[in-house]
This record gives sequence, C-alpha cells and structure tokens, in this order.
Amino acid sequence: MIENIPILSFILLAPLVGALLVLLLPKQRSGWLRITALVFSLIPLALCLWLFASYQPGAGGTAFTEHYTWLSIPLNKDASQGIASMLLHFDYHLAVDGISLPMLLLTSIVSSMAAMASVHIRKRWKMYYVLFLLLETGMYGVFLARDLILFFIFFEITLIPMFFLIGIWGYFGREKAANRFLVYNGLGSAAMLLAFLILIATAGFTAAQAAGGYQLDFSGSYDVLLKNLSDPNAYANLDPAKTGDLGLHLSNNLKWGAFVLLLIAFGIKIPIFPFHTWMLRVHKEAPPSIVMIHSGVLLKMGVYGLIRFGAFLLPAQLHSWSTVLAVLGVINILYGAILACVQKEFKLVLAYSSVSHMGIVLLGIASLNEIGLQGAIYQSVSHGLISALLFLIVGSLYERTGTTELDDLGGLAKSVPFLSGILLTAGLASLGLPGLSGFVGEFLSFLGLFGSMKWLTAVGVLGILFAAVYVLRSVLGITFGPIQDRLTEIKDARFVEAVPMIALTALIILLGVYPSILTDLMQHGFTGLLEQFTQRAGG
Amino acid sequence: MAPLTTLSWSDAWYLAPEITLSAFAIVLTILDLFAPKSWNRNFIGWLTVLGLAVAAGFVVWLMLDFKNAGATGGNPVHDLLGGSYRVDDFGNLLKLVFLGSSGFIVLASLGSVRTADVPIKGEFYYLLLPAVLGAMVMSSSGDLVTLFIGLELLSITSYILVGSRKRNGLSSEAAFKYLVTGGVASAFILYGMSFLYGIAGSTNLSLIGQNIGQIVTDYHALVYVAFFLMTAGFAMKVALAPFHAWAADVYQGAPTPITSFLAVVSKGAAFAMLYRIFMNTVFFMQNTPAVRDDIYLALAVLAAAAMIVGTAGALRQRNVKRLLALSGVANAGILMIPLTLRVTQLHSSIFTEFFYYLLAYAFMNIGAFAILTVVSRGSGNESLSGFAGLYHRAPWTAVAMTVLLCSLAGLPVTGGFFGKLFILFGTVQTGSYWLAAILLVTTVVSYAVYFGFIRQMYLRSGNEDTGLRIPGPAAVAIWICVAATLALGFLPKVVLDWIDALFSIPVDFLSK
Repeated sequence: MIENIPILSFILLAPLVGALLVLLLPKQRSGWLRITALVFSLIPLALCLWLFASYQPGAGGTAFTEHYTWLSIPLNKDASQGIASMLLHFDYHLAVDGISLPMLLLTSIVSSMAAMASVHIRKRWKMYYVLFLLLETGMYGVFLARDLILFFIFFEITLIPMFFLIGIWGYFGREKAANRFLVYNGLGSAAMLLAFLILIATAGFTAAQAAGGYQLDFSGSYDVLLKNLSDPNAYANLDPAKTGDLGLHLSNNLKWGAFVLLLIAFGIKIPIFPFHTWMLRVHKEAPPSIVMIHSGVLLKMGVYGLIRFGAFLLPAQLHSWSTVLAVLGVINILYGAILACVQKEFKLVLAYSSVSHMGIVLLGIASLNEIGLQGAIYQSVSHGLISALLFLIVGSLYERTGTTELDDLGGLAKSVPFLSGILLTAGLASLGLPGLSGFVGEFLSFLGLFGSMKWLTAVGVLGILFAAVYVLRSVLGITFGPIQDRLTEIKDARFVEAVPMIALTALIILLGVYPSILTDLMQHGFTGLLEQFTQRAGG
Repeated sequence: MAPLTTLSWSDAWYLAPEITLSAFAIVLTILDLFAPKSWNRNFIGWLTVLGLAVAAGFVVWLMLDFKNAGATGGNPVHDLLGGSYRVDDFGNLLKLVFLGSSGFIVLASLGSVRTADVPIKGEFYYLLLPAVLGAMVMSSSGDLVTLFIGLELLSITSYILVGSRKRNGLSSEAAFKYLVTGGVASAFILYGMSFLYGIAGSTNLSLIGQNIGQIVTDYHALVYVAFFLMTAGFAMKVALAPFHAWAADVYQGAPTPITSFLAVVSKGAAFAMLYRIFMNTVFFMQNTPAVRDDIYLALAVLAAAAMIVGTAGALRQRNVKRLLALSGVANAGILMIPLTLRVTQLHSSIFTEFFYYLLAYAFMNIGAFAILTVVSRGSGNESLSGFAGLYHRAPWTAVAMTVLLCSLAGLPVTGGFFGKLFILFGTVQTGSYWLAAILLVTTVVSYAVYFGFIRQMYLRSGNEDTGLRIPGPAAVAIWICVAATLALGFLPKVVLDWIDALFSIPVDFLSK
C-alpha cells in the first residue's frame, strides 16, 4: 500500500505545509508554534520510518520513484533543419536508494530532535519556525531529487533560511558568520551549477527520430546522464570529428573540469581543508538547535553530493584522484584533531572534531570499494547523530551556565548528573568506542582504505588517538574537577530536553551494536559504481 | 533607382501604438497647459497610464494578427517606407516590455512623487510618453537613420526628465552630466554609422546585410572602425564598463521613477538597437569569421568588464540609488552575454535568453525602485540604513523586497534565477566557459550586495514608531512586480512557450 501513495512527495512537502500553517498562527503563541513545527517534523520522521520498514534493498527504490515533467522549455530551432522539437527539460523526479535512504532517516531524526531543542529560542518564534521548516524541505529535497536542477534548487533553498537562522538567532558574531556562510556556500553552489550545466549540455543530450523530424532533448535527469555517460554511442562520448562540431562532445578536459568543480562545490560543504573556515564560525555562532542541523545534516549533503554526482557520474575521474582524496582526508583528520586538542571553547572543539570526522568520510570514499563506501555513509549518519547530540547538550549547558568556555566549566557531574552522563556517552561515541556507532563508521572506512592505501590509512588512524585526547580533555574538564560556586545550584535536564537526548543516545547505541540495520540497506546501492571501478582496475 | 515609398492610410493600423502615444503626448501637453493651476496633476499621470495601456493593447492586437497571418501562411512582418520601419514580433515583444514597464513606473510614482521635489508634475508624466515612443521606434527600425531618430527622441526627453527635480542641485548636475555623456555617446554612434554608410552605400540594414560579405573583404579596417565606434557609443548608452561612470551620478540625481525608467526602458531600447544592427550585419559575416569573432569578442569583453566592475563597485555603496545603478551595470553585462554567443545548430536561442532576463530584470528593478521610493520618503534619505528594521515597521513590504532582492541575486525560485540559468546554459552550450565563470562568480559576490539590504531589514532595528505609508497605485505596482518575479521563477514555461511561438530568427531578426 505504501507504493500507492506518493510518499516521497509527502516527506518533502510536509514541512512546507507546516511552514504555511505556522505563518497563519498568531505570533505571540510560542507554544502553538513550537508544537506545529514539531508535529510537521515528526510526520516526515514517521513516513521515513515507514519507508525504511518497507524498503527492499534488492529491489532498490524503484517502487517509490515519482517522476513528473516539470519544465520542458522550447529552445529556438531556427538554426538547423529537420528538427521537430528541441527542448530543455527538467523533471520533478524523486527517488530513494540505499545511499539516500540512510541520509533521509538521518535528516528526519536530527530535524525532529532539533525542533524539540528549539525550546531555547527566545525571540521571533514565528519567523524562526517558518525558516526552520523551510530548511527541512530543502534538506529532504536534496536527498530525494534525481534531477540536477531540482537538486541545485533544493541545495540553494537551504542557504536562505540558514542565513537568517544564523544571522538573527545566533550569538555575538552572528552576522559575520552568516555572511561567511552565504559567500562560501554560494561559491560552492556556483561551481556546482557550472559543472551541472556542462554535464546537461553534453551528456544530457538525446536525439530521437519521430514523424515530424528529430526530437532533440537536453535533460537534467540524473538517470539520463548516468545512462549517456556510460554509453559509448551517446553524443557526449562520440568523437566530434565524426559527428561534426555540435558542441556536444564531453571531452576529457571537460570531464576533469566538471569533476574538479564538483569537488570544490561539495568540498566546501563537507568541508575539506582549506575550505573549512566558514564552518567553524557557524558552529560557534549559530544557535545550538541550528548547529544540530548544520553539523548533523547539512555537511552530509556534501558527502551525498560527492558520491551521487562525483562518484557515480564521473567514476573515472574519481578513480584517478582517489589518492588525492585520501590525502585530503588524512589532512582533514589530523588538522582537525590536532587543533581540537588546543581549543579553549567547547563548541570549537566540536567544530574541529567535525572537520576531523568528515576526513574519515573522505577516506571511505577514496577507498573505492564497497566496505569503504558503506563506511563513508555509515560514518556520515553516525557523525550526524553524535554531533546533533553533542550540540543538544551544548545548548542545554549554555542555557544553564551562560558559557561554553572550558575554563569556566567544571565539576558539573555534581549538579547535573544526567546531562553529564549523556555528554560522556556522546564523547565516547565521538572518539570511536566500540559498541557505539562512531566505531563502526570509522572501522569500515579505515578497513576499506586499508585494502588500497595502507600507509595513508596508518597515518589517518593516528586521528583516533588525538580524538581520545581532545574528547576526554574537554568532556572530563566539564564534568569533573572543582565546581564553581555559581554552578552548584543549576538544575538538571527538563523532560523536553531529556527526550531527544535519550532518543539520540539510544540510536547511537543501536547503530553501534547492530550495524546491519544500515549496511543491509546500502548493500545494493553501490553495485553499478563498483562494477565501473573493477572494470577500470582490470582494464 | 527605386521609387520613393510613402506612407498610406492603410499603414496607420500598423503604426497604431506609436500614433496613440504621440496623440496622448500632444493632448496631455495641451491639457496641462490649460488646466487650472489648482487641479492636482495626478490626473495626467492616470491618463498617461491609460495611453500606455491603449498602445500596449494595439501591440497585442498586432501580435495576434501576425500570429494568425503566420499560421495561415501570410506574412507576419510589415515593412514600412522601404524597410526603414519594421513591425515584427521582435519589435512587438520589446515594445510590450517598454510600455508595460513605463506603465508600472508611472503607477509607482502616482502619489509618491511630491510637488516639493518635482515642481512641474504634469511635465513629468507627459514627457515619459515621447521617451517611450523613442524606445519603440528604436526597437522597430530597419534603417540606421530611423534608429538614430528613435535614440535621440528617447535621449533628449530623458535629459529633461532627469533634471525634473528643479530645486535639487544633484538633479541638475545629473541632467548636465547625462546630457554631455549622452551627447558624446550619440556622437560616437552616429560617427560609426557614418562609416558604415560610407562603406555600404546605404543606411538600410537589410541592404547592408546583403552586401556585408563583400564590404568586409573590401574595407577591412573601416569595418572595424565603424563597429568599434558604434560599440563604444552603445556601451555608454547601456552603461557597460568602462563606459558606465555616468550611471551612478545620473541615477542618484534623477527622481526615483525616472531612475527606474533609465535602468529598464532606456537600457532595453539600447539593446534593441544593438540587436537590430548586429543581427543584420555582423551575423552575416560568415565568410570572414576573424572579423566577426573580433567584434563579438569586443562585446564579450565589455560584458565581462561590466559584470566585474558593476558588482565590485556596488559592494561599497551605501546610497541605494547608486548601488542599484552599479547593479544595473552588472546586469547590463549579463544582458549583453547572449548577443556575444555563437549561433550554432543546437544553440540559437540568443534572443529568448536575452528577452527572458530582460523581463525578469524589468520587474525586479521597477519593484525595487518603487519600494525604494516609499522607504526613502519615510526615512528621509536614500541610504541603505533607511531600510533598517523595515521588517518590524512594514513586514509585507520587507517580504516583497526580499523576493525582489533574491531575484536580483539570482537565487531560486525567481525570475532572475531562471534568466541567469538560461544565459548560463547558452554560454556552456557554446563553450564560453570564461563568461560563465565570470557570471557565476560576480553573482555570488553580489549576494553580499543584496544581502546588505536583507541585513538592514531583518537584523537591525530602525525607527519603529514611524509606520510606512504606501500609496495605493504604488502598492499595486510593487505587488504585480513581485508576483511576476515569482511567476517567472515558477512558471518559466508559459513565457518561453509564448516567445517560442511568436519569435523566429529568419522572420523577425533578418530583414529581407
């Protein structure tokens, strides 16, 4: 029965409907606004879980595909004869597979928890929740869209709400952080758009003969691109000397251009060193509920994009640059980890730790084998949950203590034992303790890379040692040691704060002890890609 | 020698839009002269809107007529006076934009233009009509002389309009500067045209087009001289860098509605003229691709320079009108891109790309200037800080402005986004990656410019007591612009199908 309803559209549109409802509510009633936003974040969560329960990895997501023509724009055809129609063609095409489903689950979980964590927002609730729900729509759209332009639009749609959410509800340096965020991500989007258009103008081209003449079509559809790029008889792969200079040939240089542009675009989002500075500011200045989404989901859009478009569309380029990616990954791991060790501000420790953990994801992608790619996705989901949990705690701590400086905190285990306990669990998950989800992701990624690049793996693993140092230093610094007088009287987590904390902790433990819950999903997700890699390695 | 052709009464039907405007202009002038001093001159504004609407109605009628003629195998073009005036769909489409834009501009100024600022309000309204008429003549000309007459009609009336804040020193300065630079530009264009006439022996564009192949081989150097002189003149009129320096001063000094008229109609008309000349001459230089490519490269370099200089200059501006002037320079660069692109078998949508962005540009600019008019009247100055806390004072106006700014910044889903997307697709199709890269990078940098407004409106607190009073007609104009901007973003297919159905290169561009 799930096949009979457009469930993907429901997931995508539920937050948008919620945003419209919030717009209609009176702006003083913060309770109503919060509950509406929460309900419309929980609806996609329920739908995603339903989708998860009925998803069959062997069949892929074909049962859930939704495909409608969105725009078919006529292009001028006066310059050549015998053409019945020439269209530029963008579709409303949503689909899921083993790669996007884990991301969708992550999005729905993290945004529901962030909606609960938004109790700490103190002003302009109405606008906050409208933007929050809009941001959710953008994120679901990114993971569902299978048309390049549709993907781009959703990717951009996440920018505008984030700008406001950082700029209005953030801490002291919020405006600067919002501007940095906008410009860096804008540049990333620009690079992505150029790469997409290069692909659409060459590999997106198909010609069909019909009664009235040729029907030419430039399509932004991911499926069409995937088919044309691997088809030696597609116009993009034909020698221009034979077909005449139609501007359709996707030369090797163009492929490289598109790949590098995509790497920059998604590298800014992930972020890959040295494009990471904007993300540190956002971690530090944005309100904690928004950092949960930022660190939990938005960074993963980069990972997803790099795999979906970089790896699947241009596997040859990724294959030749796998060492470069692995080196970048190792730099991320070590740079992030070392700097995290010396930070005095807890949010910055977490920000650098994110840089470090995203490096592990890069290693997983660079491994080019099933274990590593599964590890990359697994690590993304796991890091999403862990950093969401950590920032949830940061938000609650800041509410009570008014600071996140490590020097001003200490001994909180005495006054807030529950918060401290959860913090310790989250810290242990972050440093990769077996039995918690962080371990599985790191293990799979390193194991995957070990098959192809042993030395780099060995260097990368050093990051885990540093992780133990910075996590224990900061977490123990906050929970143990002498307590300041003013902190002895603070109250432990309220019910509304405890619920998302317990939920996230439970999920982290579940993924840690029962990893196949996700890996089964991903099993057939990479089949086509891996075949291409083996072909290249063999030939 | 062919006998001289003259106009006959049956041609009046094809000239109905132009005749309507001239008649309205004359009648309104006389009305303004004889109407008692005590009457509020707003009625002249309303009559101006009526005149523009009637003319637009005639244009639509002509378009439908041509469409039927095209469907039944008739001739969807009408040549007047031996091809010196062409009524075709290229002209008609642009005329609709000019008439519509001017209509919204007058609407936005009704009730916003104060007697204290513009002492002779009647003049302000009725002078717009000959200016639009000039723009229409430019978009319909098939002859260098007619083109130039249209250009001068538009230019001279705009010089007066720029100076219509008669008690304001800035306005007089702007009018003077505009007169001098505009005069220089006209001189450049005319000088270039005289060379073209000298080597071609005709001012008729279709005749020049037929012989251009021979002309280029015979008078290689003179072709360069002619086209570079004309290009320089056009670049001044359109405000492409490095010929843009007048724009900021003139836009600042002019009354705000006239500023938006300069930004939209004058710019659009100059582009119409460029298309008329280039599509009939340079387009036919297939046998001498080196010359053709040089001329297109010159245009492309101007476009690139305009995008870079306009965006960089706008970054540091605090005065909103100067800021929008420089953003207009950058947008002129973007509008210029399609003309510089190669026409290949699979890429010939240059006019569609240009026209779609022009439409989007017209709506977002008129809307933004209309909001600026009401906001600056509330705050008493035209600086960016006048927008401070606008969201708290007038949330809906702030939302409207946000939509328009998103369109200017090229963010989805707005008309500006799709306009830029089509132009980008064209650059990628023809392999002009450097133009695509400049367009993208300047667009991202321009986020900083446009989000400067958004920062002021949402993140700063301004004077919260003073509400914002928006006159009814201005509100109508603003919301139509916002709705159109969104519609162009969500439903681009409707407009593009419409252009595709009407316009065709061999019929509407190339004079035969």
